[in-house]
Amino acid sequence: MSDATAVEIARSVNAGESSAAKRARAANDRIAERDGVIGAYLSVTSELARTHAARVDARIAAGERLPLAGVPLAIKDNMCVTGTRTTCASKILADWIAPYTATAVQRLLDAGAIPLGKTNLDEFAMGSSCENSALGKTANPWDLGRVPGGSSGGSVAAVAGGEATVSLGSDTGGSIREPAAFCGVVGFKPTYGRVSRYGLIAFASSLDQIGPIATTVADAALVYDVMAGHDPMDATSVDRPVELASPGLREDLRGVRIGIVREFALTELDPAVRAVYERAYADLEKLGAELVEVALPTAEYGIATYYLIAPAECSSNLARFDGMRYGLRVEGRDVGATYEATRAAGFGDEVKRRILIGTYALSSGYYDAYYVRAQKARTLIAGDFAKAFASCDAIACPAAATPAFAFAAKTDPVSMYLMDYYTIPMSLAGLPSLSVPCGYVTPAGGTSPMPLGLELSAPLFAERSLLGIAHAYERGTRHAEARSIPDLPRTAVAR
Amino acid sequence: MSATLDAAAAPIAIGGVAYEVVMGIECHVELKTETKMFCGCRNVFGAEPNTNVCPVCLGMPGALPVPNRLAIELLVKAGLAFGSEIPAYSKFDRKNYFYPDMPKDYQISQFDMPLTQGGVVPFWLPDGTHGSCRLTRIHLEEDTGKSSHASRDGRIAGSTHSLVDFNRAGVPLMECVSEPDIRSAPAAVAYLEALKRTFVALGVSDVKMEEGSLRCDVNLSLRPVGQEEYGTKTEIKNMNSFNSVRRAIESEMARQAEILENGGRIVQETRGWDEAAGTTHSMRSKEQAHDYRYFPDPDLTPIEFAPLDVTRLRESLVGLPQARIDRFVSDDKLSIAQAHQIVDTPGLADYYDAATALTEKPQATANFVLGDLSRLANETGVPAGESRLGVESLAEIVALVEAKTINSKTAKDLIARVWSDGGSPREIVAAEGLGQVSDSGAIDTLVAAVLAANEKSVADYRAGKTKVMGFLVGQVMKQSRGTANPTLAEERLRAALGDGAE
Repeated sequence: MSDATAVEIARSVNAGESSAAKRARAANDRIAERDGVIGAYLSVTSELARTHAARVDARIAAGERLPLAGVPLAIKDNMCVTGTRTTCASKILADWIAPYTATAVQRLLDAGAIPLGKTNLDEFAMGSSCENSALGKTANPWDLGRVPGGSSGGSVAAVAGGEATVSLGSDTGGSIREPAAFCGVVGFKPTYGRVSRYGLIAFASSLDQIGPIATTVADAALVYDVMAGHDPMDATSVDRPVELASPGLREDLRGVRIGIVREFALTELDPAVRAVYERAYADLEKLGAELVEVALPTAEYGIATYYLIAPAECSSNLARFDGMRYGLRVEGRDVGATYEATRAAGFGDEVKRRILIGTYALSSGYYDAYYVRAQKARTLIAGDFAKAFASCDAIACPAAATPAFAFAAKTDPVSMYLMDYYTIPMSLAGLPSLSVPCGYVTPAGGTSPMPLGLELSAPLFAERSLLGIAHAYERGTRHAEARSIPDLPRTAVAR
Repeated sequence: MSATLDAAAAPIAIGGVAYEVVMGIECHVELKTETKMFCGCRNVFGAEPNTNVCPVCLGMPGALPVPNRLAIELLVKAGLAFGSEIPAYSKFDRKNYFYPDMPKDYQISQFDMPLTQGGVVPFWLPDGTHGSCRLTRIHLEEDTGKSSHASRDGRIAGSTHSLVDFNRAGVPLMECVSEPDIRSAPAAVAYLEALKRTFVALGVSDVKMEEGSLRCDVNLSLRPVGQEEYGTKTEIKNMNSFNSVRRAIESEMARQAEILENGGRIVQETRGWDEAAGTTHSMRSKEQAHDYRYFPDPDLTPIEFAPLDVTRLRESLVGLPQARIDRFVSDDKLSIAQAHQIVDTPGLADYYDAATALTEKPQATANFVLGDLSRLANETGVPAGESRLGVESLAEIVALVEAKTINSKTAKDLIARVWSDGGSPREIVAAEGLGQVSDSGAIDTLVAAVLAANEKSVADYRAGKTKVMGFLVGQVMKQSRGTANPTLAEERLRAALGDGAE
């Protein structure tokens, strides 16, 4: 399998120069060769990939032209695909076969994408390292001793490791952007409501959003253009026309104002990391952008706000995993005991922690003090962004404060929560936001350079403008092309 | 507004003190929509278990609810019919608790911003007094599945396992909460009947208690007349007909009165009605301290009503049953029972209204509509409006009777005939000579013939057995093929028998 982009693959398959079947076979071979060490996939759907590839080739032969013809796609395992094991990387759903397909996935499949398999994640998308998976361990392809980030760690590692051309992740507080930064790929979270959530197993309904992961901004835009738009099956999906992003990709930043957030002072970062971001801001300017300082005075309350709203919603969303209708069931002496035994055995520690926090925050007597106040804070944070965007077209900041860390490096939950410091405020405001590679640092104790990501965020529904800006930055800096992942060992990491 | 004047609310004497009963009623009514509240599954009763289900109403991982617009409109219409306020902004909340027949382990309901607020349900009591009950709110929620427990008595206790049918899960359900305005068992039934006939008329629900499309809980307490503070209440559940509601209330009133009489205290609890035993029994000794952790459902956007929508829905409300009942009672001078019966029979009020517009004789028309027409409708299974007896035909018959052109016997026969065969009653009467014979000469001829042929009866009559007069009148009627004016026939018979002077 060559490392062609989705744009190139679709062009060649549509032109009859290549075929979906060939692409599916090559992708499958690459997974067989590499996934033993990377561990991106929880299940590989070779048969499904073959069937879809045959169908795509038949459609192309019949004269159809498909935007994603033959593009190998990995799908985060919290999205339903009919007939596939859909686990959320949880013991409670370890053997659950989805009876229907998520709208976003269906749109990509209809557009010619080839479903390679389902990728690892932090259990129920709760985590920032992929270490909370109950079903598998995913390594960062840049350094197998380091985490890929999370929660969409598997989808990001699959693309970074060349095991998929594009993938789908879901982002609730940074679950696409932080791992994309850690693995040196493009990870894009669209505006809340822009992509249907139907078939995405909910973590926090008011924050969850599906987005593309790719090696280039153009590929991310291609996937976004296919899956964005209103879905009658999702009442929170927004019914307004989609402004296609691909035609808006630009080569320079003349006339663009980029906001630099006063409260996100780079001085707090490690000097080597800081240097990368200072250079990134300078590059934006060099490409023609005007840098303006903007204030987000309430952004520092993002994590506290997020860790009330998201657990509150998750405590309710995860109630249905009770052993009655599907998934794991551990018998107790009566219904109540069966609930307790099933959930005790089925959920991991982080999931239980968040269910407990959320149940507490919604309890009578605490609801106003916690949940209602968090919602008010959320409104204030969104208001800060609205004010900031009065003077700029996009905001630039680090996607994460550090490069990928080593496995088991973060033992207390709060230090893990802090990994999403730069991504959570945008999630709370529902904004489109992405991470694009912006350089490398070799961390202390590390053996090889690790990628860093620049986070770019834009006003609601300004996806076209945002992807255009990211494209200009990517083309002007070519960080992703500067380095490639080290050669992978032949021995498999422990799964 | 104070509690209603209710003549049926006779005070209960307890220890020499006059007590009154105070009741509020919560009704759950399944809405009559084609599809469920949040998915496209069919909303029908009685299908094979678990056949009308999909990922959404089964609470499958990743499935999302999308509100049924028609259900929202039906509920708003129901509220508007009772003068409820429709707030510009409403929302759905999640009510969190675990139960095996609730697929998501939360119910989508409405907590602090229901679709309607306030309103009044007016009703007539059988004794002719008028009553009313204020509504607190009507809100929209989804129904749960239905559990069947494998035990001898169908209860969960002692069952080896339970089965769940999710066909009902996600059916739109409206909950009507009343203020504690009800003061007697007949008022409670009259209130429920008023709700029912309005919901049926609006097409909001078919309101069948036996199929569970109406379920109600009664909150009941006693207090000394004149005392403002409420007594301790119990909640009564599991009534499956209006009659069992009445019986359950009477039984619970008696139970509470007896406790108070003996100096005891009422325990706040939920009590189940046992139809066979005719008593209530304790279901939950004390209201469990449920914390439902309500919060706005993040899967659903708030519901906003434009004033135009509400105006459109308000304008769609025509022929509301209560207004008709009031008109039948006040303007047409029908009895309350007659008015209820006409309104509660599908299509009959329209028929009655159209016929009365022609006859201008409401009572005579009502008598035919509720008598012969209802009987024929029952016998033939065809409602009056669909029979061949059009309102014009009925109006002709009423006019013929009023003009004494035909007698009531002929009227009855004509109605049955035209019901099935059609035709103009007036023309049939003319063509077949069915007009009532009120000519003394003609009647006298018949009388003479009858007397000549029934010598024994004549003798009996003269001997004081005056009861035979009925027989003799019948013979005259028979001779006339039913056309003789019976009053005149009797008068001429008496005259011929020599006591016409009476």
